[in-house]
Amino acid sequence: MTTLHDPSFERDACGVGFVADIKGNRSRSIIDDGLEVLRRLSHRAACGADPETGDGAGILIQLPDRFFRGEVARLGYELAPGRRFAVGQVFLPPDPFQRVACEQILEDVIKEEGQRVLGWRDVPVDSAHVGTVAAGVMPVFRQIFARMRRVPPSAWERTLYVIRKLAENRVRERGADPSGYFHVASLSTETIIYKGLLLPRQLPKFYPDLRSPEMVSAIAVVHSRFSTNTFPTWDLAQPFRYIAHNGEINTVRGNGNWMQARKSQLKSAKFHGGLERLFPIIVPGKSDSAQFDNMVELLTLGGRTLPHSMMMMIPEAWESPALGAVDEDRKAFYRYAASLVEPWDGPAAIVFSDGQLVGATLDRNGLRPARWTVTTDDRVILASETGVIDVPPERVRAKGRLQPGMMFVVDTAEGRIVDDAELKRDVAGRFPYRKWLDKNVFEMSELDDGPAPPVTTGDELYRLARAHGYTDEDVNLVIEPMAITGKEPVGSMGTDTPLAVLSDLAPNLGAYFHQLFAQVTNPPVDPIREALVMSLETTMGPDGNTFDETPEQCHQLRLRGPVIDNADLAKIRAVHEGVFEPITLSMIYPVADGDDGLAAAIARLRRAAELAIDDGNNLLILSDRGVDAAHVAIPAILALSAVQQHLVREGTRMQAGLVVETADVREVHDVALLIGFGAAAVNPYLALDVVRDLVAQGRVPGPPEAAVARFLHAMDEGLLKVMSKMGISTVQSYRGAQLFEAVGLDGAMVERHFTGTPSRIGGVGLTELGREALVRHDRGYGVAAQAIADDLPVGGQYQWRRRGEPHKWNPATIGTLQAAVRGNDAERYAEYERLCDDEDASLITLRGMFEMVERTPIPLDEVEPASEIVKRFVTGAMSFGSISAEAHETLAIAMNRIGAKSNSGEGGEESHRYELDENGDSRRSAIKQVASGRFGVTTHYLVNADDLQIKVAQGAKPGEGGQLPGNKVDERIARVRCSTPGVTLISPPPHHDIYSIEDLAQLIYDLSAVNPTARISVKLVSEVGIGAIAAGVAKARAGAVVIAGYEGGTGAAPVASIKRAGLPWELGLAETQQVLVANGLRDRIRVQVDGGLRTSRDVIIAALLGGEEFGMATASLIATGCVMLRKCHLNTCSVGIATQDPALREKFTGKPEDVINYFMFVAEAVRVHLARLGARSLDEVVGAVELLRAKVIDHPKAKLLDLSAILAPPVPGARRFSAAQPWDLADHVDHDLLRRAEPAFAGGKTVELSLPIDNSRRAVGTMLSGDIARRFGAKGLPDGSIQVRLTGAAGQSFGAFLAPGVSLELCGDANDYIGKGMSGGRIVVYPPATARFQPESNVIIGNVALYGATAGDLFASGLAGERFAVRNSGARAVVEGVGDHGCEYMTGGVVVVLGPVGRNFAAGMSGGTAYVYDPTSSLRARTNLEMVELESVVDESDMWLVHSLIEAHVRFTGSPLGRRVMDNWEHLVARFVKVMPTDYKRVLQARRAAARRPAGLTLVGGGKV
Amino acid sequence: MGKPTGFIEWQRLVPKKRPAADRVKDWREVEGTQGPLEEDVIRAQAGRCMDCGVPFCTQGCPLGNPIPDFSDLVFKERWRDAHKRLAATNDFPEFTGRLCPAPCEGSCVLGIDNAPVTIEAIEKAIAEHAFGAGWIVPQPPRVRTGKRIAIVGSGPAGLAAANQLNRAGHTAIVFEAATRPGGLLRYGIPDFKMEKSVIDRRLAILEAEGIEFRCGVRVGEDPTWTQLRADHDAVVIATGAMRPRDLDVAGRDLAGVIIAMDYLTAQNQVVGGERATTPYDVRGQRVVILGGGDTGSDCLGTALRQGATEVTQIELMPAPPTERGATNPWPAWPLVFRTSSSQDEGGERTFAFRTTRLEGDAGRLTALVGERLDTPGTEIRMPIDTLILALGFIGPETTHLQQLGVALDPRGNIAVDAHYATSVPGVYAAGDAHRGASLIVWAIAEGRELARSIDAHLRAAPSLLPARGQDQPFR
Repeated sequence: MTTLHDPSFERDACGVGFVADIKGNRSRSIIDDGLEVLRRLSHRAACGADPETGDGAGILIQLPDRFFRGEVARLGYELAPGRRFAVGQVFLPPDPFQRVACEQILEDVIKEEGQRVLGWRDVPVDSAHVGTVAAGVMPVFRQIFARMRRVPPSAWERTLYVIRKLAENRVRERGADPSGYFHVASLSTETIIYKGLLLPRQLPKFYPDLRSPEMVSAIAVVHSRFSTNTFPTWDLAQPFRYIAHNGEINTVRGNGNWMQARKSQLKSAKFHGGLERLFPIIVPGKSDSAQFDNMVELLTLGGRTLPHSMMMMIPEAWESPALGAVDEDRKAFYRYAASLVEPWDGPAAIVFSDGQLVGATLDRNGLRPARWTVTTDDRVILASETGVIDVPPERVRAKGRLQPGMMFVVDTAEGRIVDDAELKRDVAGRFPYRKWLDKNVFEMSELDDGPAPPVTTGDELYRLARAHGYTDEDVNLVIEPMAITGKEPVGSMGTDTPLAVLSDLAPNLGAYFHQLFAQVTNPPVDPIREALVMSLETTMGPDGNTFDETPEQCHQLRLRGPVIDNADLAKIRAVHEGVFEPITLSMIYPVADGDDGLAAAIARLRRAAELAIDDGNNLLILSDRGVDAAHVAIPAILALSAVQQHLVREGTRMQAGLVVETADVREVHDVALLIGFGAAAVNPYLALDVVRDLVAQGRVPGPPEAAVARFLHAMDEGLLKVMSKMGISTVQSYRGAQLFEAVGLDGAMVERHFTGTPSRIGGVGLTELGREALVRHDRGYGVAAQAIADDLPVGGQYQWRRRGEPHKWNPATIGTLQAAVRGNDAERYAEYERLCDDEDASLITLRGMFEMVERTPIPLDEVEPASEIVKRFVTGAMSFGSISAEAHETLAIAMNRIGAKSNSGEGGEESHRYELDENGDSRRSAIKQVASGRFGVTTHYLVNADDLQIKVAQGAKPGEGGQLPGNKVDERIARVRCSTPGVTLISPPPHHDIYSIEDLAQLIYDLSAVNPTARISVKLVSEVGIGAIAAGVAKARAGAVVIAGYEGGTGAAPVASIKRAGLPWELGLAETQQVLVANGLRDRIRVQVDGGLRTSRDVIIAALLGGEEFGMATASLIATGCVMLRKCHLNTCSVGIATQDPALREKFTGKPEDVINYFMFVAEAVRVHLARLGARSLDEVVGAVELLRAKVIDHPKAKLLDLSAILAPPVPGARRFSAAQPWDLADHVDHDLLRRAEPAFAGGKTVELSLPIDNSRRAVGTMLSGDIARRFGAKGLPDGSIQVRLTGAAGQSFGAFLAPGVSLELCGDANDYIGKGMSGGRIVVYPPATARFQPESNVIIGNVALYGATAGDLFASGLAGERFAVRNSGARAVVEGVGDHGCEYMTGGVVVVLGPVGRNFAAGMSGGTAYVYDPTSSLRARTNLEMVELESVVDESDMWLVHSLIEAHVRFTGSPLGRRVMDNWEHLVARFVKVMPTDYKRVLQARRAAARRPAGLTLVGGGKV
Repeated sequence: MGKPTGFIEWQRLVPKKRPAADRVKDWREVEGTQGPLEEDVIRAQAGRCMDCGVPFCTQGCPLGNPIPDFSDLVFKERWRDAHKRLAATNDFPEFTGRLCPAPCEGSCVLGIDNAPVTIEAIEKAIAEHAFGAGWIVPQPPRVRTGKRIAIVGSGPAGLAAANQLNRAGHTAIVFEAATRPGGLLRYGIPDFKMEKSVIDRRLAILEAEGIEFRCGVRVGEDPTWTQLRADHDAVVIATGAMRPRDLDVAGRDLAGVIIAMDYLTAQNQVVGGERATTPYDVRGQRVVILGGGDTGSDCLGTALRQGATEVTQIELMPAPPTERGATNPWPAWPLVFRTSSSQDEGGERTFAFRTTRLEGDAGRLTALVGERLDTPGTEIRMPIDTLILALGFIGPETTHLQQLGVALDPRGNIAVDAHYATSVPGVYAAGDAHRGASLIVWAIAEGRELARSIDAHLRAAPSLLPARGQDQPFR
């Protein structure tokens, strides 16, 4: 039986690094160092249920000539002289017959390709050092030796590639290796790779070869793997042949498709026998990293250098004019390269080597860390962390980090480091790319105008609109606001309408698709604050042969963005420049063809597209103009995708660009779908005509073209948002990446026309879609049109409407629930459940389609009491800020009274709530959320929790950050959140300390350290692949994973996000359960579910699908009086819940008893279900999916669904939680500190301690700080009570959540997340006195320092990485330079930067102040001026503040730079620039005016200098 | 949505009425002939609507009027669109805007802890604005189906059914026993609540659109129901529920004891010019009205205008609370103490009083005797001249319906299925005749739904007439 799991959604991320000798001197010690780096990155790797089976570890080294000659001699044969031999590291099936077959194939191919097989060697392995799971799937390891003949040395690697590809293909074709063991880890004359399903420490023990003294190399690339999947395979361990990757390629599916699509165009004379034999180039079903390696390999062996290939695949951000730094030649190169291959987008630190060059590069956003050290003895160490090799300070020549989009290469043949600028200059200067582009790329402005299409108006406009499924809401709530404001409309609360497949209103096809989004394994991007990495630039036209570099390759039309107005489309249609041959293909077909007309129409369209390409057309415009009484249109997304997939299969897709001219598009989701399935440009002509009509009606300000421009702008911004949810930065990458899941579409139909798109429960096919197209058409032109006159249908998607879609929350359910809880009326509650559950014909949810099987019932009194059951209930996360104090505390009191849990949400909590009320009530939220904004996440907050929940995503708006509108930030909210009243608060889309699964593990570790008694839970949102992510979460040692459904609510989100992103929890929960059980991980983690749970039936179904704990948020609010006004974002909640307006808050009448009654009712009703199922407790039915079955349903669409994948029973094994596996903190440094700091606790004495440190010691000071906060509260200890001096390289999260009274002084350097969540105290970092480098040019701390800090001081004598002080809301810091995105989202505190700042400084900064020493006046160009102003430092209080902070900096760190500044203060003070948030300034001025006191020393946050 | 903070900024304002002392001197509408409120005031009132995610008002309204939508349009001064919206669900907003007790306002979310939106006044304003602007003009159907439907009764249910069926292209013939069409609207509702010209204005439109009215025809006598059925493709019973509840006490037969509907009808005929005088003129008399409902109030206003010296309105039940009781939560219809415009004008109100007998002299009523429910056994005697029985209605007049053999429900109303079809094929019923006495909005709502059902039946296809939508009532 199939399950919901699809291995292609497995993700990995890791630690990566290399060690090299610059001069190319080969030595044993390079390998030893490489293995040491690997060992020191162990905490970035993971193991599954079997603690001895790692996710993978490996090493790539130069082929050790002497070693192999010796080994081969012992075997009795001889290697070729010089370098004329290759060694293949081959994984073979253990079955002897299969093994021999595979070996034979490899030998045959080598011979057929004109080379000679010298012989085989059994690779010695010591399987004592391997876990039982790994051992169970272990291949046989053999090395094959080949002699290179009749080809020049420059072609050796290419020949070996051809051999390997042919052998792989032949093994597959012949079925020689049914279990998939065969894998050529490496086959090269240059390098060899040893890798396996191992833990880092096991690698050298497993392969005795690696310990041989004869093993020498000048290069060692290492990789330790943390995979979300645990289905064990040896071949996915890294390094691959050319690369090792830390991160994730978000666009991998699109990248694979595009390579398939350009099959017919790939030609290279270099590959013997042609490329066709080698297909597939990208081997499907392997990890994203493996596929990336496939592509690098092809590009490189096709004649490019490794750095050149890297620049093509991972271009730096070059498009934005804000990035002035990138020179024009380089831009031209990138633009040219984009016509050959689309970027592989996603967080990536990639280490690469061909045996001579070794290097590394980072993605455009710098989302993975890479730190390097160059030593005086010509070694380079580069790794995910600093300190992975102990280098005495005096031997360090320089230290640094890779910056976003940058490359770092060591050429061991030339014996030097080649820097980024030189490398890229060389590549960009190979050809006159600028000239080529000027000649061959056409801008829209260069094209002649075409005949403008007619504008539809009046009755015909609305007839057409109805025929395309437009509703009143589409016009009033979507198009009109977009045309007025140029932005997407915002709404609140969750969606509670039917899935498209359950809707009776013939929804447009787009509604069947749900957007995917990034969570955990890759971060979403903030498209507004980080706009500089985003690009809408679109080119179209024929793509060339990836191997050729000729001017004609870049014949392209270039567009500013993919959504175009009528004039631009007319230009494209009329284009005659160059080689462009546009043709328009119609998407319409006769109404008379009936329901089955759709399938025939698609077949005709596909054929027409094929012929058009055969005729040399290279711009295909698919158009649905021409719909009338007799003609209906193929849904545009179906037409587009059907053509796309057909041409991809034909291998001719790259010969043409696809443009869609459609009436269907009216919201951002529609555009995203068309681009995501392959369109280059979209002209939403009907929506534009509606905009013009709204102008004519006076509803939208004119002139019409300005309104159209605003609408298109809103579309553009919305598209950026959809892309950024998935972590994708450029339209070129997003195009064709197919980042959607279909729900309710027939699998075969999807496979044919939306190939590769997940659709896991089947559903409607072309016949039903054809029928729905006719139903919509009928509204415009058929008999239905007569009835609805010129009105559009009401819709009812966003608000309940009597004539619209049904909603689960409607007058009856809301009214009845409120009456039931207020009157404690069980009968009314029963009525509520009856109304809510989908027992009747109105199907809304998937769970409505299930029923429980009949079992022998037991007496009700044998079932566990309701008081036990309610302990599993939680309220959803709702922040203090989004809802009022009254509502927030009512929920907390209620849940605490019954032993259930309320959730703080992400807005902090007032500390008085940690004390009990006089009557014994507790207002403390048992669950404290840690979300990306880290608002109010202080040490004191963290220690006052039973459960710390990391909110990775939220059901209503997965992949997006939150926002609290400024009108809800009053003084009290601002105080708790450490922000400024009246200023809108932004939570970033990603956690800036979770870009990857190993980062999540680190955060879990940090939180465990600060509060060892709390359970750590991780909240995810349902989407395909969530099972793999949940497995990763389990392996990251979380205590619980929360699976949220897309029905979940929100206080504010774009309406399209509420509707279009995420999936029902039924799918996510079932997949999670299946994967966790299959991997033996289920017993170590609890599974919680939320997102639209309302009744006991929901709870039982969730339990049967694997849930153990249940969240009910909206329902609990409704119990307190919420009436689903859906105005939370406006602060006008009339019942005093989602508002901070004091007058409205007084209207709140909810009581804890209401909430208690609700949860007790649910629990009692759960008991009845349990009794019926013959179960005495909820535990007995957790995961008992056999007790569920699909109802027989007579609904024309629903009856086509196949729910068996949801109901598939998992493999045998534990199906519910039994025992947690929290972090073992036994070896944490702080145990020692805690013991030694006792005098400071007891007697108020100052304690001074010192100890050495290395990068494996993480979160130093965090346990200590948690203990202080627990004992002494938020105020902690007096300044300087505990002073700790450390020497070495600190591990990640140094000083995280530091409490007042603790000073950490680090002589050495630190990794990422230093001072994360710092709540007081002081961190000082400086280089050793013996260091030979200038401190101010040395990278001393990693990325994301002071993330979410609320107080305390940081002094660092050196440079910091990216995102310094991101979301800082109170800490003060002095640093000597920062990377990109410094002070991002800052809301408070003070940052002094004495050196260079990277790009996008102060983006989204709404509070606090930064002072930058800017002698070259370059700050303005590097600052994001959207929210801040730059000022001179003239105010005395500013001068005093800066001076005193620098003075302290010098005092604590001895900074030479700081001293120079102090010494020349009079001259230099004028060079300081104050970076001041505009809103913050306004509020401060108002406050001062109110207080009538002189402008002075107002500081946010605490701490003394 | 009009204005997010509108409900915070603006207080509820109800239409001003003419001073009571003035208005009892004539029969004109108590609000005067102008619009109910100045348009900028109405605009602000419409701006109080919160455009709720779940607009309970639209569930509270039996017609399912899209209240947030038209409120928003009024706020934005898009009156024409507002009228289009309103007219799509409500055939006669000028009637409901005057007469409806506004259950929508009872379930308005603002009403939870504030004063609800003045929905009814907004509705009236929209309708009057539309008439004033000349937007309401005859729109005869483009295509005629050739099907003929007889509608018996021209009250709100019959008129709504006729209007909808006509829209669908069927030929609607309305049979009315009285001299002029309108049913209770014309003969039951006093002019001070709705002037006859408002009905005539609408009837003129309906007639121009092709609806035929045959007045003075007593179906059951000539033609018989059976004949009617034979001559038409469908027959609609919309005859109301006119059988009054009587008072079973000694002295009931005395002269001076009259039935409310007779009393009101006679006066309405006088005002409408159908007759010169009323046999029930209470000038200078002491009057008691039994029954605290709307009909009783109408009698009260009428008696005051006729010049009664004393009027007392007696209700059997105790006075309802001034605020909702615990068992009467929002969004249910609030059972609270209300004061009608007539009650504002004068007269006394007595609650929890049971009439035990009537005394007379020479066959003429002289006094009413009863007891208070809180002091049973203690007789109270009120000397009076006229007693008006406004005790409600017990069901439709069904004598002649025996001709068809239409089945009745246990309460004596005409039984119908979910499609408003009676037990007799081709015969349908809606409004009070099937529901028992109820609100005008219910009558219109049923008339519309019945029309959809007949239309579907006659087309043998789903009806194209607009539906009321989902019913998710709070019980």
